Amino acid sequence: MGAKVVTITSGKGGVGKTTTVANLGVALARLGQRVVLIDADIGLRNLDIVMGLENRIVYDLVDVVEGRCKIRQAMIKHKLFPELYLIPSAQTRDKTAVSPTDMIQLTDKLRPEFDFILIDSPAGIERGFRNAVAPSDEVLIVTNPEVSAVRDADRIIGLLEADNKGPAQLILNRAKIDLIRKGEMLSAEDVTDILAIRLIGIVPEDEHVIPSSNNGVPVTLNENSRAGMAFRNIARRLMGENVPFMPMEDDNNILRRIARLLSGG
Amino acid sequence: MRDQTVTFKGGKDGLQVTLDAHVDWPLVAAALTERLDEQRSFFSGARVTLDVGARPMRKDELGSVKAMLERREMSLWMVMSESQTTIDSATALDLRADLISPAPTDAEGLPVGTEDEGTQGIMVRRTLRSGRTLRSQGHVVVYGDVNPGAEIIAVGDIIIWGRLRGNVHAGADGDDSAVVCALDMRPTQLRISGYISIAPPDKRHKPKPEVAFIRNRQIIVEAWR
Repeated sequence: MGAKVVTITSGKGGVGKTTTVANLGVALARLGQRVVLIDADIGLRNLDIVMGLENRIVYDLVDVVEGRCKIRQAMIKHKLFPELYLIPSAQTRDKTAVSPTDMIQLTDKLRPEFDFILIDSPAGIERGFRNAVAPSDEVLIVTNPEVSAVRDADRIIGLLEADNKGPAQLILNRAKIDLIRKGEMLSAEDVTDILAIRLIGIVPEDEHVIPSSNNGVPVTLNENSRAGMAFRNIARRLMGENVPFMPMEDDNNILRRIARLLSGG
Repeated sequence: MRDQTVTFKGGKDGLQVTLDAHVDWPLVAAALTERLDEQRSFFSGARVTLDVGARPMRKDELGSVKAMLERREMSLWMVMSESQTTIDSATALDLRADLISPAPTDAEGLPVGTEDEGTQGIMVRRTLRSGRTLRSQGHVVVYGDVNPGAEIIAVGDIIIWGRLRGNVHAGADGDDSAVVCALDMRPTQLRISGYISIAPPDKRHKPKPEVAFIRNRQIIVEAWR
């Protein structure tokens, strides 16, 4: 048994994978879970910055895989949560420094001591993606409500299905409620219509996100942020809780909302 | 007669290697290695298209062929098979993969109905997602959706029991009588034989079964009755 390994991936770059990993990590830690975050985007180190832990890096993922240090030595403890750790990626190497087998072995060693292992996948469908997905028990696909991001997510879902990984779940990030209401942006329904996988969360566009990332304080620590709230809800859903979608978080179809109220969901 | 377990054919796409689908795999693998080593310098640097016919291959089996070729300075460029298992394995190894159907004239194929004439094709019981290409020497039937970014190329007809949103090409060898049917016809691009059409922008699109065919040298789409 032990930890559940959850890989966060997208296909397309820049849709918010790293932000999602950081926020889910913090949200799960706040709920008392023991969490390790692994940045599998080797060569483009980001997660440590968003987590505000950049200046504490001594060893990285490649050091662990190549045996230059023990796993514990590469695990950076978070400033606020003693049960939240980060294994940073290497800045100077590329994806071929790590193999899917290495990732499986690494997570197998971590599993007994944690509740969740979140893996931040690089964009693309090549080796880095394969590394990130290899050890996963669950896959979360992050997409934005735009056609190109949804197209890439569809490709990723196809690859996961061929690998018997799945069913993946979907996070719709950066949804602009007012644009969706005017029919100028894809709604959650439009997106799930194409992708045909379960939606685990909708994160609204929120001006708090970018400054939070820049300051290394994930937005979910900000009680006033709607995006932060959405990430906290996703974390609870990951733990198996049945959390209703926030009002306006879902699409704006009044009939569906009434139906949901009646069904008690 | 020469042993048919492994056959080689040079083409514009590199070296095509066809493996017998009915001989035990260890024997086939051994025969392939032996044949390649007979003329090692001749094959060195070749780009290989591997046709394994109906044989379902696991990822590790396909991976070992790939590694074996690479040790001989050859590259495995594409895998062709009639087996979905093989195609999935190839996709998992990041290889180009083509699902092929047995040619309609294939004597080893299933016999076609007794009273009515018919032709052969493949049936796919899943949604084709972006990036997937399906080719057939016969017809194609999909029970599922064809998502944007997916592609079907068939020498015969194409029937989609679901939503068609990707690219389809029916009658790909020049058959003007080929048709495309779908429960919800909204392809990115629709081709029949040498004709191309794109779906008109339609905001108030209502899904309904439709058929596309060629009439008077253009593609017509009509409601199915």
